[in-house]
Amino acid sequence: MSPDGRGRIVVLDYGIGNLRSAEKGLQHVDADARLATDPRDVAGAAGVVLPGVGAFGPCMAALRRTGLADAALGAINAGVPFLGICVGLQMLCTSSAETPGAAGLGVIDATVVPLPEGVKHPQMQWNKLVARSGPGQESGSRSRMLAGIPEGSWMYFVHSFAPEITGETVAVCDYGGTVCAAVERGVVWGTQFHPEKSGRPGLAVLANFRDLVEEQGTSVPRAS
Amino acid sequence: MRTARVIPCLDVDRGRVVKGTQFVELRDAGDPVELAARYDSEGADEIVFLDITASSEERDTMVEVVRRTAEQVFIPLTVGGGIRNLDDARRLLRAGADKVSVNTAAVERPELVGELAAELGAQCVVVAIDARRRVGEGGPGERLSWEVVTHGGRRPTGRDAVAWAAHCAATGAGELLVTSMDADGTGAGFDIELLRAVTEACSVPVIASGGVGDLDHLVAGVVDGGADAVLAATIFHFGRHSVAEAKEHLAALGVAVRPAPGAQEPVEQARG
Repeated sequence: MSPDGRGRIVVLDYGIGNLRSAEKGLQHVDADARLATDPRDVAGAAGVVLPGVGAFGPCMAALRRTGLADAALGAINAGVPFLGICVGLQMLCTSSAETPGAAGLGVIDATVVPLPEGVKHPQMQWNKLVARSGPGQESGSRSRMLAGIPEGSWMYFVHSFAPEITGETVAVCDYGGTVCAAVERGVVWGTQFHPEKSGRPGLAVLANFRDLVEEQGTSVPRAS
Repeated sequence: MRTARVIPCLDVDRGRVVKGTQFVELRDAGDPVELAARYDSEGADEIVFLDITASSEERDTMVEVVRRTAEQVFIPLTVGGGIRNLDDARRLLRAGADKVSVNTAAVERPELVGELAAELGAQCVVVAIDARRRVGEGGPGERLSWEVVTHGGRRPTGRDAVAWAAHCAATGAGELLVTSMDADGTGAGFDIELLRAVTEACSVPVIASGGVGDLDHLVAGVVDGGADAVLAATIFHFGRHSVAEAKEHLAALGVAVRPAPGAQEPVEQARG
């Protein structure tokens, strides 16, 4: 906890893409968020956000090169709340059809697959979330990430790939077929959409993450 | 579901919106940040800022406008105008832009598109193409064609606009912003044949621009032109139509859109 009682959230900056939006969105919902470019910046964090744009392979390579891949895994293993956004979610998976042979972090037991055929790639538009109860959840139970967010809320997507749908998929959208939109595994959350660019419902997802961080109260141990 | 985006475009000169606006409630109708927030609240799907500042010394003003906007507006923001290289693009993205739009610099040095995409990801890179119809012999069966022009249409480049669009899409443009210089400012509607030619030649999303005078023109851009998004300035700035009205009109004519906040969602057909 920081002196004012808020848990510090770090946004992993591994040198690819525009990460300011995620940081600004979190700050807008009063989270104590800042960018982390070095694994040492992650130590002590009470929440970790992994954004990502571009291609899976180059993002994974950059995450490993900066040492932030190990830092991310360290945080997840310590039970620290974790939010992956877009390619950040995809990197939590085991592998991606976009870059065959490149391993993901393997935290979420799913591979990343192309969007359905017959529709424009990328999906670059707003789309409606459809909540989904996986086999691991009781029928009708809502995800923690989507608490208070009305069914059918619109979110902004920019992607050509998405994780396959599994029991941990908590929301989907319809784009030439059913496409994974959000994944939740305990305190590890992932959104295929961009909550930081999705107006009010998107900011509500970030606020839910801020609340999770504050409730959880765990932080990343310092490397020994 | 494929949904069309409605994108208001703000021309910004030295930090102020030009072309005029008539939003009575606004304290300062010329402030791009305030206007962007207004359009966001009306249901705009994205915002485009076009920096038309002539002198490069004043470009820092735009970075500041972007920074202030990104603190209040949480929908995608594209910034174009005066971006010559990777450093220019990075500065705007760091300030909070989500995409940058390049036009003249890409025409002069086409490798720029690929360089930006490799560094920033294709989804950050919009190539703006200003196209003018070629005047041909006019014989029957002659194919329509368009030429890429720069400098507000004053400078012809000799490039075929559809081929240039396809080249940009193949080399890293994540999206194309296609403006008809024949239609721009006329209020007579998009150049539908131009849009159709570009959308058929390219697989990336296309934003239609230039010529919108009424809400039916937006519908035609999507339905007839095949555009993924429609961009307009004048009809929104002068208070003729709100973004919310534009979306209601599109939806009423069967074009799927994200409804404006507070608007009724259309009742969906029961799934069979």
